Formats: sequence, structure tokens, C-alpha cells
Amino acid sequence: MELRNTWDQWPDENGRFGEFGGRYVAETLMPLILDLETEYRAAKQDPAFAAQMDDLWAHYVGRPSPLYFAERLTEHFGAAKIYLKRDELNHTGAHKINNCLGQVLLAMRMGKTRIIAETGAGQHGVATATVCARFGLKCVVFMGETDVERQKPNVFRMKLLGAEIVPVSSGTGTLKDAMNEALRDWVTNVHDTFYCIGTAAGPHPYPELVRDFQSVIGKEARAQILEREGRLPDAVMACIGGGSNAIGLFHPFIEDEDVRLIGVEASGHGIETGQHAAALNGGAPGILHGNKTYLLQTDDGQIIDAHSISAGLDYPGIGPEHSFLRDTGRAEYLTCTDEEALEAFQLCTRLEGIIPALEPSHALARVGEVAEDLGKDGMMILNMCGRGDKDVFSVAEALGVEI
Amino acid sequence: MPTSRIDTRFAKVKAEGRAALVAYMMAGDPDLESSYQALCALRDNGADAIELGAPFTDPMADGPAIQKAALRALANKTSLSDVLALAKRFREDDQETPLIMMGYANPVHKMGYEAFAAAAADAGIDGTILVDLPPEEDQPIRDAYAAHDLSVIRLATPTTDEARMAKVADGASGFLYYVAVAGVTGAGSADPEEIRSGVEMAQRVSGLPVCVGFGIKTGEQAVAMAKIADGVVVGSAFVEQARLASVAKTPQVTAEKMGQLALELSTALSGGVPAK
Ligand SMILES: Cc1ncc(COP(=O)(O)O)c(C=O)c1O
Repeated sequence: MELRNTWDQWPDENGRFGEFGGRYVAETLMPLILDLETEYRAAKQDPAFAAQMDDLWAHYVGRPSPLYFAERLTEHFGAAKIYLKRDELNHTGAHKINNCLGQVLLAMRMGKTRIIAETGAGQHGVATATVCARFGLKCVVFMGETDVERQKPNVFRMKLLGAEIVPVSSGTGTLKDAMNEALRDWVTNVHDTFYCIGTAAGPHPYPELVRDFQSVIGKEARAQILEREGRLPDAVMACIGGGSNAIGLFHPFIEDEDVRLIGVEASGHGIETGQHAAALNGGAPGILHGNKTYLLQTDDGQIIDAHSISAGLDYPGIGPEHSFLRDTGRAEYLTCTDEEALEAFQLCTRLEGIIPALEPSHALARVGEVAEDLGKDGMMILNMCGRGDKDVFSVAEALGVEI
Repeated sequence: MPTSRIDTRFAKVKAEGRAALVAYMMAGDPDLESSYQALCALRDNGADAIELGAPFTDPMADGPAIQKAALRALANKTSLSDVLALAKRFREDDQETPLIMMGYANPVHKMGYEAFAAAAADAGIDGTILVDLPPEEDQPIRDAYAAHDLSVIRLATPTTDEARMAKVADGASGFLYYVAVAGVTGAGSADPEEIRSGVEMAQRVSGLPVCVGFGIKTGEQAVAMAKIADGVVVGSAFVEQARLASVAKTPQVTAEKMGQLALELSTALSGGVPAK
């Protein structure tokens, strides 16, 4: 199979990355996602759309985010040089807003006046509520009941921003149920509503457009490292929930086959316990939420609830492009347990004075081994995709500290 | 293709000058024995065709009533094979009532499209409605079903325009399921006048019988909808009867309650004459 030069040509016209992706939605939504695709193609060609994005990225989000040489982490492991792409410095504290801005501008082009979103950790919900406040749009955020309970600060933030929060009690009250409920709302309100999906998953064209909006991360990182080091990195690393920050970092390097693409999935209490969120490492291909991809499921095709200490990684699926990159071998996917993530969280905080979110802490936990593997002359970039302010309560609890 | 049970049944109903009653029930809710009794009761009380729901953990197109029914069936460990076994048991002494399995793609995908098609045909299933397999994605089941004369029953909605309807009709068989309201199952009902032209267009473009569903709960609503369609589908209302029976911890009453509702609906659709 001739793969060189084809990596960035996916998805194909059917929205497929190899066998993954597609448009597995109820007929009611088909006309809408076909429209969305047309509108997205038009927006991509429109210099005014790009100019508006660039302006908001620069002045509202604070892009480009710095590429920071993590000197003390590098010293600590004593191997390859470690750079951090500082997307946690973005307005609202994570990479999520890169995508929200793009989707909300698209929604406005389509004449939609009501934006809905699902959220797990609340980061995507906060980012969506923020952008909706900025543009004066109605915003409704679906959030699993369990998550509403464990992410109270973000729930209050969204309310301050004017969003309506709908706690979802169906199923098990977590991210996947919030996504089901958002899809149900969408089929009911197709005429005026735009569904702003928070990760590079869902029916085509979402995986593609979320990837494209998040690719600002990798494009910047690529230019920044070339300027700093005069060469490409040996590896780029990111944590994987649905896979949007990872694909955003990976994609601009995808044709550079000497650059290793390394994703880290959350293995919760350990894959062997069955309580994890590692769809690629512990799941099988299936169909959920509009796409074909690796999923946590039973032998009978029922979806299994994910578990991770990080609400942002607590999802039983993964974006379809990652399934494709894994099966073709272009990217590697490691795992990290709750406990390892907690250790990495503390290590980074102490050594670099950067409190990472629990999500990128999963990638941080594997950084030492990868650095060692690359050796002293090696160099890598890790996506610091979110800051840990939102997590201090759950970390304190996990460490048995009362605050 | 030999004439299918579905085609035969719709021809018969049409000859009788009325619309078909298509009843939906969730397999395994509250348990498989009750479901078997319910299948028989639906048939005996005038259901012309039965949609047998296969439970799924994440039923994106369903409202609370059917979601909860699916969770009850799953709590009871109802597997896809159990659903097929239930159909097979019903077929042992019913060769005429069309049985359509309705559900979501993943359990079928997991079993394997070929394996499923063979097992479904063996169980006497006549076709499937897989909600999240639109025409763009159902080629694999069309291929697998062809050898077994299983119908691929597609959905059309008020958002389906004529160009889209041609795509929906291409490769569809049995009947078309016209989703009356943009929304999930069990939501509000549609005004038949508002969807009349959409249903006519669906009939004209597909050449298939068109059954209207979503939001139809009473005989009165069924009669109103029957004026513009070849059949009416009633789902959440039957599922609600199963729930009431299971809340009362009398699963054996499930069949009785569902039968009563079927009789009310079929009588209304026959212009006041009770079935059989
Ligand atoms: C900071 C942060 N990182 C990562 C994720 C996981 O999402 P994704 O894999 O799409 O980047 C989330 C999701 O909420 C998040 O808040």
C-alpha cells in the first residue's frame, strides 16, 4: 500500500479514514450534516472566514501559544529534550476554545441561533459558553449528572457565562450520555440549532473540521520548533480523550514520517480491571455517536462505561482518525493509569511551576520513557492542552487532602 | 425475490381498504417470556406487523420511554441472540405476521453483518430498521441481506426533500418508515395535514407502503394518521404498558395490557370493528 503522501488526504469523500469514520446518524440528521459539510467547504475557501478566525485567535484566545523548553523535566529524565506546547495558556484554560470558535463561526454562517454542546470535564462546555457569550448566541450544555457533581466550578462558570446546563441522568450520567442527549436535542431542533461537538469524533464532517480547527496547535508547534532547533522533533505526544488535542498536534506532522506520533490513553484502574477509558488499547471497532471507531464494548455490542480520574478522558470511544492511524501504524498509543497521572501531575507542578490538567498529566506520565527511548540527542514536544486549576479539588481528594 | 411476508401483509391490508397497525415492543422488557406472550397478544389483537426492538445501551434516537425499556431489557441481560431466539419461537406457529427487528447498528456490527443476516433469516425475521445506518452506510447490510431476502427498511422524515428521498428509496424494501416529527420517539405528535405532502412524496418516489410513526398513542391519533398513510406505527405507548406491568411486578400482565391497547388501536383503524 502506498501510504506516503496520502496521510493528509483523509477523510475520503464518504468521510472515511480507511474503514473508520462515516456518517452513522438517523435520517433526520442527514440533510443537516450534508449541509454542514457544504458550508464548511465554502468557509475553508473564504479568506474572510480565515481572517476572522486569525483575529480572534490572536486577540481573544491569545495565540500563538508559546513553545516552552521544559528544562527541569528534561534534566529530571536526563534524556531527550522536552518541549511543552502551552495551550493551557489559552483563554478558558485549554485547547477546546480553538475548535469552539471555528464551529460557532460556522454556525453563524449557517444562520443558526442556538448552540448546543456536550461536556465531560466542563472544559468544552465552558469554551462553548464563552464563545456564545462573545457572540450573543443562546447556549445549552448537556452534562452527565455524575460530571455535574464532580465539576461544580465549571458548572458555575458556564452559568455565569449565560449558558443553560442540562444535567443528563439517562444511562450512567457521564459524557457519552451527555452526547446522546445532545444528539436527541439536535434531531428535535434541527431548524435553528447547531451542535458544537467537543472532540474530533461524531459523524463526518465533524472529525475533519475539529481536526482542522485544532491543527493550529501543530502548525504553530512545527514552525516554532523549526525556528528554535532548526529541525523537526523526533516525537510529538498528547493525551487522548476523544482525540482532538492529539490530532491537532499530530496532523501538521503527519507527512513527516520520521516524527513519531504518540497518543496516551487513560487506563484508569488498569486495562485488566475493565475500568478504563482506553478505546484503542482495550476496545474493538464499532459504531457509536455517528462514526465507526474503536469502542469499549461487550461481546454483544453494548457500550461499556469508561472510567478515568480525568473527566475529560472518560469516554468509551475515540475519534476515527486515531483508529486509522493506529491500525496503519502511523501513530502509537500508550496508556497511563489514574495513579501514574497523579504522580506526573505533581512532578510537573514541582519541577516546572506549571499545574497541568489531569488530561495532559496522562501524556506527561509517559514522557520519561519516550525521552529515554529517543536518547540524549532526541527532542520531543508534548501538548500541554489544559491547566489544572479545574482539577485541584479532585486531586486533593485523590491524595486524601482536605481543602 | 419471493413475495415477502411484509409485501403480502401490506397487500392484504390495502385490499381491506384500511391502514396497517404496526406495533413496536422492546424484546426482553421486562423479560423474554413476557415478550413472547406480548408478541402473541399483539398479533391476536390486530397488529398487522410487529417491530421487535433490540435493546442498545445508547439509543440516540429514542425518548425516555424506549430508552428505559432498553435499559430494563439489558438489566435482564437480553442479548441480540436472545432477540433472534424470541423471533424464532414466535415463528414456530406464526408464518404470516411480519417481524421487523428495530435497533441500532453496533450490536449487529459486532455479531457481523453476514452472521446476523443468516441468523435473522433463520429466526424468521423479515427485515430490519437500523436507525443509525442511513443509505450512505448500509451497503454492507444490503449485501448481506440480499442472499436471505431480508428487507432493508429505511427512514424518511419531514427533513427529507425529494432529492434525498430518491436516495432513501434506492435499495429500500418492505415499507418506508416515515418519522412524523423531527425528534425522538415518544415526543409530541404531528398534525397529519402538515406531513401529508411529505408522505405522498415518499409513496410516489419509493413505490413502497409508507408507515407513519412517532408520537401516535391513541386510537383517535391513529385514525387521523391512517387517512394519509399505508400504516401507523405505535411504539412508546406499547412500551409504556410493559413498564406499568413491570412496575406492578406483574410481568405476566404485560401481554394482557399490550393486547388491550392493540385491540383499541386496531378496532379504531378498522372503523370500529374489533379484529378477528
Ligand atoms: C484539558 C483537556 N485535555 C484533553 C481533553 C480530552 O479531549 P481531546 O482528546 O479531544 O483533546 C479534555 C476534554 O475535556 C480537556 O479538557
